Amino acid sequence: MTEEAENIETEVIEEVKLDNMLQFLSFTLGDEEYGVDILRVQEIRSWEPVSRIPNVPSYEKGVVNLRGAIVPIIDLRERFGLGYLQYSPLTVVVVLQIQTEEGRTRVMGVVVDAVSDVIDVNKKSIQNAPNFGTKVSTEFINGLASVNERMVMLLDVEKLLKLDSLDDEYENN
Amino acid sequence: MSIDMSQFHQVFFEESFEGLDIMESGLLNLDMGDVDDEDINTIFRAAHSIKGGSGTFGFSAVADFTHVMETLLDEMRDGRRQVTQQAVDVLLGSVDCLKEMLTAIQDEQAINESHVSEYQKALEVELNGGGGEDVAAVQNDAVEVSVESSSSPVAQENDEKGWRIAFSPHADLLKTGNDPVRMFRELSGLGELTATVDFQGVPGFYDLDPEDCHLSWNLEVVGNFPESEVNEIFDWVEDECDLAIQTLTESGDTENNDAPIEQQAEEQSKEQTPVPAKVEAKAEPADKVLPAAKPATAKKEVAKPPAGKGSGSIRVDTSKIDTLINMVGELVITQSMLSLVGEHFELNKLDQLKNGLSQLERHTRELQESVMNIRMLPISFVFSRFPRLVHDLSSKLDKKIELVLVGENTEVDKTVVELLSDPLVHLVRNSLDHGIEMPADRVAAGKPEMGTITLEAYHRGGNIVIEVKDDGKGLDKDMLRTKAIEKGLIDEETVLTDKQIYELIFMAGFSTAEQLSDISGRGVGMDVVRRNIQSLGGNIEIISELGKGSTIAIHLPLTLAILDGQSIAVGDERFIIPLGAIIESINIKESMLNRVAGRGETFRLRDEYLPIVRMHEIFDVKTAQATKLTDGLVVVVEGQGLRCGLFIDDLLGQQQVVIKSLEANYRKVEGVSGATILGDGSVALILDIPGLVRLSNQ
Amino acid sequence: MASILAVDDSASMRQMVSFTLKGAGYTVVEAVDGVDALNKAKTQKFDCVVTDVNMPNKDGITLIRDLRALPNYKFVPMLMLTTESGMDKKQAGKAAGATGWIVKPFNPDQLLKTIKKVLG
Repeated sequence: MTEEAENIETEVIEEVKLDNMLQFLSFTLGDEEYGVDILRVQEIRSWEPVSRIPNVPSYEKGVVNLRGAIVPIIDLRERFGLGYLQYSPLTVVVVLQIQTEEGRTRVMGVVVDAVSDVIDVNKKSIQNAPNFGTKVSTEFINGLASVNERMVMLLDVEKLLKLDSLDDEYENN
Repeated sequence: MSIDMSQFHQVFFEESFEGLDIMESGLLNLDMGDVDDEDINTIFRAAHSIKGGSGTFGFSAVADFTHVMETLLDEMRDGRRQVTQQAVDVLLGSVDCLKEMLTAIQDEQAINESHVSEYQKALEVELNGGGGEDVAAVQNDAVEVSVESSSSPVAQENDEKGWRIAFSPHADLLKTGNDPVRMFRELSGLGELTATVDFQGVPGFYDLDPEDCHLSWNLEVVGNFPESEVNEIFDWVEDECDLAIQTLTESGDTENNDAPIEQQAEEQSKEQTPVPAKVEAKAEPADKVLPAAKPATAKKEVAKPPAGKGSGSIRVDTSKIDTLINMVGELVITQSMLSLVGEHFELNKLDQLKNGLSQLERHTRELQESVMNIRMLPISFVFSRFPRLVHDLSSKLDKKIELVLVGENTEVDKTVVELLSDPLVHLVRNSLDHGIEMPADRVAAGKPEMGTITLEAYHRGGNIVIEVKDDGKGLDKDMLRTKAIEKGLIDEETVLTDKQIYELIFMAGFSTAEQLSDISGRGVGMDVVRRNIQSLGGNIEIISELGKGSTIAIHLPLTLAILDGQSIAVGDERFIIPLGAIIESINIKESMLNRVAGRGETFRLRDEYLPIVRMHEIFDVKTAQATKLTDGLVVVVEGQGLRCGLFIDDLLGQQQVVIKSLEANYRKVEGVSGATILGDGSVALILDIPGLVRLSNQ
Repeated sequence: MASILAVDDSASMRQMVSFTLKGAGYTVVEAVDGVDALNKAKTQKFDCVVTDVNMPNKDGITLIRDLRALPNYKFVPMLMLTTESGMDKKQAGKAAGATGWIVKPFNPDQLLKTIKKVLG
């Protein structure tokens, strides 16, 4: 018993150590929950009409004017083939930013069903994504986290925003 | 009719005072040792404008005074007169005197005559005294003015009632917009006109070019008027025709046709007009649509950067300031609206809040853009020194070199103008010195004797690109490698791609010139050039082909770049076509269409068949209104030598747009060169014509 | 009624020309320099062009040359406004394709007379 108690104690101490903690913004797509690194989230906006860009995959809905910058909006539902859902005033766009290899900042928005909350996850508790059972290709999933009995799939934002790989997927499907 | 000219006086005074300021600062900035032609030209133009305006509006004292200044400046800009400090001082004093004169006239006071005559004398002394084609110039002016009175040595006041005129237009006469019918009309206003047409010059049917004039006429005008009046009628076309005028009596019996004179003149003109009429018809194949194009509301900026780098001031077109003031006004309104909403906020006011906030965002953005826009100057400010530079250096080097400037109106930030100047000079000098070969060598290599250096500036997706191209001997990769190894910059075994070999040039301490020539070598190396470019956030690359030439491309990222655009509608979507790419817009008629199997749709425009690019198909616009080619509009555009007709729904307004990069956050889209944000906040795509043509060919 | 493109970098001259011609029933569009004029000519066909010579950004002679290269401006009458001392300008203008010239300074009546001559 004592050993167990000791183990639990260590675990708790481990968990509390800040460098092991990561924060994610979680959001829902259909009945599944996903998370993105909070440091890559620039802002959250409600859906607003986009200006269409021709001859691109249909999940690239178009671009919007974000304080003078032209930012593309990607529909993740469509991208992952999760079925169509009508946009409503509650539809949310999560604006993400990444650093490119050349050191520039790139901003893109992704349409999600709804934003849940910010979750704290211990690095060590993240599990590997299984090769089946998830609708989203494991290529984009860094791992699985368990939060309050919910399973949150943690997305690799860099891969998500890399249009080339998105295109490859599109072609392969 | 009499027009009250005084309504234009106020504007004339304002622009004249501005012109005097330009003259003053221009004169003050003149560097005696190195006079910039463009600077003198600007000063001249200001004086010329004041002279023209004052003459037109009846201020003859001003006109006369300014005339002498203008003559002086004209000689200076042509190089016929040296620019001396003394001359500049006299001109500066004259500018002050002119200011005084105009102020006096504007305030309806008396002009200070003694000042005026003092400076007029000083100007004339300068004109006649030193450094110019003195006396003759003044006399020439005097002679020119009295040209009216005697056109030919013997005043041909003819009692014998008229003139015979042999009128043979050269083939190109019509192409200057001149029409023989006009001359006939004027002649018949002087007296009774008889015209006989001569078809001899008309070639066979298959050699006939309807745009050329092959006819000639023998004309007789009966009346009592001097030869000078006949000459006046043909004044404009003097060099484009053969004209022989004789008195009627001299030429013996007049050979009239029997038909009554006027009817004959009409018949002849009718016979002759089919040629120009057909030509006119060819020139306007379809109903041209006159779109409700709103003229660009932003005026071109007048700013001229004072001499010297990084100087702290800039001249700005007042309309840009007015725009700023308006925008700040709107901002204040939006802010007070928002504070009202916030005061007793309730959820039902949420929409108002949202609207207010989006308005705020828009106004702030517009304000930001306007402020940045003030700093924009056309790159011609940088390019303008090069014609002279190339000219001087090429003669110094005994080489034959032609300079071509492309895209001088491309706008760039003021800092870019200031920092780009020196690097460009270095690059151009390199091309002149090491790139272009001696004329004999060029001929031996099968190239034209005249070498060409091209300076080109253009926008590409939110970047500005400036290229220095030459058709010289190109870079020798092997020699570069060897040199680099010699200088210890690379190892013998190092394997380099072509691009990397060219990049060696940018390494400090590298120079392939046998000795640093005084033209290009002194103290400035390519490494410094690259550092300058990189400090602006850009990069520089070299493309070269041995024997053919080299191109150095400078890329500078700009968050702002400006374009004159024509807005178009395809369904609900808006696109922008660069105005420089548009040739014309027309309504297609069924008869012009031609569907060729395997080659898509084309339409006939005068003598060529152009492909039709259906915008709604290429860009998959589902809300497009016109799908039948005869229902919409076709805009004929050109890009990189490719021409096509864009099939759209409607032409909207013309405006200056700010180019935003699509690639910064997104991707390159074929057929699109960038995007812009419209007034309502939505995004419109800027079309890339060559890309569209490629797209439509797929 | 015929439409005329009036080009001059001097606002007072533009206004005078515009006012005079409009008063006679012509439609007039103003342009402030050669670049402005060329842009306007591309989306509207004018029956006549009247242009000053000395202008910034693109001078009158270059403008005339560029206009002549446009297919619907091959035969359109184009007049230069030039001072009496500019003989070489007249030749350069003709070489570029100008129809003729009006000598500055001119009064409204002279302007109207010349335009009527050219437009019939």
